[in-house]
Amino acid sequence: MDILQVSHLKKYFSTQRAVDSISFNLSKGSIFGLLGPNGAGKTTLIRMITGIFYPDEGEILFEGRPFAPKNDITFIGYMPEERGLYKKMKIGEQAVYLAQLKGLSKQEATRKVKEWFIKFEMQSWWNKKVEDLSKGMGQKLQFVTTVLHEPKLIILDEPFSGLDPVNSNLIKDEIYSLARKGSTIIFSTHRMEQVEEICDHIILVNKGQKILDGSVAGVKQQFKENLFSIGLEQANNTPPAIAKAFEVVGTKEDSLIVKIRDGYRSNDVLSHFINEGQNITSFTEILPSLNDIFIRLVEGTPLARQFQPTTA
Amino acid sequence: MISTFLLPLAIILFISVSVWISLQGKSQHRIAVIDANGFFKDYLKSDSSIIFNFSSDLDTLNYAEKGNTAVLIIPQLQEGQLTIYRLKYKKQLALEGTSDLEGRIDNAILDHMIYQKTSVSRAKLDSIRRGGKIATLRSYEDQGKIAKASNQGASTAIGYICGTLIYMLTFIYGAAVMRGVMEEKTNRIAEVIVSSVKPFQLMMGKILGIGAVGLTQFLLWVVLLVSLALLAQGLIPHNIMMEVARQQQANAMGMSTGPGVSAAAQKVVEFTGFLNTPNWGLILFCFVFYFLGGYLFYSALFAAIGSAVNEDVQEAQSLMLPVTMPVIFSFFIMTVVMRDPGGQLGVWASIIPFSSPIVMMGRIPFGVPGTVPWWQLGLSMLLLIAGFVFTVWMAGKIYRTGILMYGKKPTWRTMWKWAFKA
Repeated sequence: MDILQVSHLKKYFSTQRAVDSISFNLSKGSIFGLLGPNGAGKTTLIRMITGIFYPDEGEILFEGRPFAPKNDITFIGYMPEERGLYKKMKIGEQAVYLAQLKGLSKQEATRKVKEWFIKFEMQSWWNKKVEDLSKGMGQKLQFVTTVLHEPKLIILDEPFSGLDPVNSNLIKDEIYSLARKGSTIIFSTHRMEQVEEICDHIILVNKGQKILDGSVAGVKQQFKENLFSIGLEQANNTPPAIAKAFEVVGTKEDSLIVKIRDGYRSNDVLSHFINEGQNITSFTEILPSLNDIFIRLVEGTPLARQFQPTTA
Repeated sequence: MISTFLLPLAIILFISVSVWISLQGKSQHRIAVIDANGFFKDYLKSDSSIIFNFSSDLDTLNYAEKGNTAVLIIPQLQEGQLTIYRLKYKKQLALEGTSDLEGRIDNAILDHMIYQKTSVSRAKLDSIRRGGKIATLRSYEDQGKIAKASNQGASTAIGYICGTLIYMLTFIYGAAVMRGVMEEKTNRIAEVIVSSVKPFQLMMGKILGIGAVGLTQFLLWVVLLVSLALLAQGLIPHNIMMEVARQQQANAMGMSTGPGVSAAAQKVVEFTGFLNTPNWGLILFCFVFYFLGGYLFYSALFAAIGSAVNEDVQEAQSLMLPVTMPVIFSFFIMTVVMRDPGGQLGVWASIIPFSSPIVMMGRIPFGVPGTVPWWQLGLSMLLLIAGFVFTVWMAGKIYRTGILMYGKKPTWRTMWKWAFKA
């Protein structure tokens, strides 16, 4: 079942079409990567999903019903990229207060905050003020306040920025465990290696439009260039092979990188080398990284999005 | 929050220091007088600010050497003819000093002529004037069946205090709202919170929260003042209280001084009279109403400005100007209206919501429905409610967009768009 269905969502500002007819579906329990260059419209899209902005056009269905921010936002946890907390307020009180805003009773909120503080080894922080915390500690606190009320939909914008590898792993594990418990996670970032590692499903947004949608594996398949790496025992003293089935596009240590021509299959490459009497040590398909795909798709876009008229 | 307690104290301190400085600023002048008439030395008397020197060996060349700051040359005066007398100086007297000197010379001439024509001296005239003070006016506000003792001085003082308090509180708490909104915006907590509550709720929370703090503090001040007054009353000795009672009886019978009443008791009677004249219940009710109304009206505007600007304090100040101007302007109107609380200016300024909280609070102590008819009070209150509903609505629109906008300072045009187009 889809927890979120977004169809033809539009939001125009006076100088920009921030979000220009974006649609996607989000199945329950998945970890969803929302990718895009700076200024692509990700934040605007997220703000519409969290009920901060009203869309100009289009529809959002939350658990199959039209999204009603007033009630539904208590089921959403949002950690914005530009995050913040009340600097002069005590950490424990603040976490409880933010949970109460999401509809928890004071006792329940206090109990849950304590649980999370124990889990993250933050018990001794309770009476400290936010201004006394380091950036990373603040980040952990922010994460706790985002997921405390067990939201059905969790939106994390660059959740790992400013965290050391140990704390990054801590948060990553929590993200997995929340997804296992049934929460759906929207994960917005520029860090492609994290997306490959964590996400099931991605969409790529550029200039306010969706330009890519699919599972991580599916997207990689879609953008593969039929490149294979073939390891040969005597790769170095083999003359460049001339074959109908493929062309050699590069070498790397003991391997040749070959591109299969249209109409041929990987077995044709193998039989070519077998027929030549070469000993094959390895054979792997080279799939593009998300980073490559991202750059290829977004390349050509001016670094800063140009202002454009919105009369459309 | 300590600052809100300290600010009134700071203002009192500021006023007393400036009064003290202005008193210190007066220096003594020593003026040599060359008088062709001969009578001025009998009438121009030296005092703490001017010393007159009538030595015969003074002239316009040597006055400075002999320690005088200026020399005054008075030629022979002719009756019925305008004569010019001159003041020569090395160090200029302040404007105040010259007009003071002019007044003294005019008085000297007058005294001299009265004495010449009637043989009555100034001292004798003054003593007659003092002896003639045997009648005083006591005014009553006509309220149909009952006539209520009124006290112009008390009304003016209370009006000033109420108007000034509203003026100060509007600024103190309005600025607090603006700072709070700016803090939430620059802390970037705003986006976290507006994903839980509506921006309007966040803004109203801020406004109502600070308003409640303000009201609590104000009520604390009232309680403090009342208990201090009661304490002071308890400290007055019993025999004086008896005299006070006698004096009050005498007052009721239309006598100005009761038998065997001391001056201290007279003062107490005067003061309690002052305290009892105004309708405190109505004043307090109106004060709370106009404080809240004016606060909501202006703090919404302050919140809108806080949401529109970035960290930059200067930006905030330049955008604040159009909001602070009407408040300051109302204060000036109030000071003018206090001289004629029933006049046209007062009526209009106390009905229009921009100025009504300050100006109306200045007028109310003069009497409702005497000076301020019920219809004016009602209309003023209704319009103030309508006014703050409008500013809160408009501020909500600006706030909703502004709180999540970073970067360039918005122009008035863009804020107008946020309020009325978006």
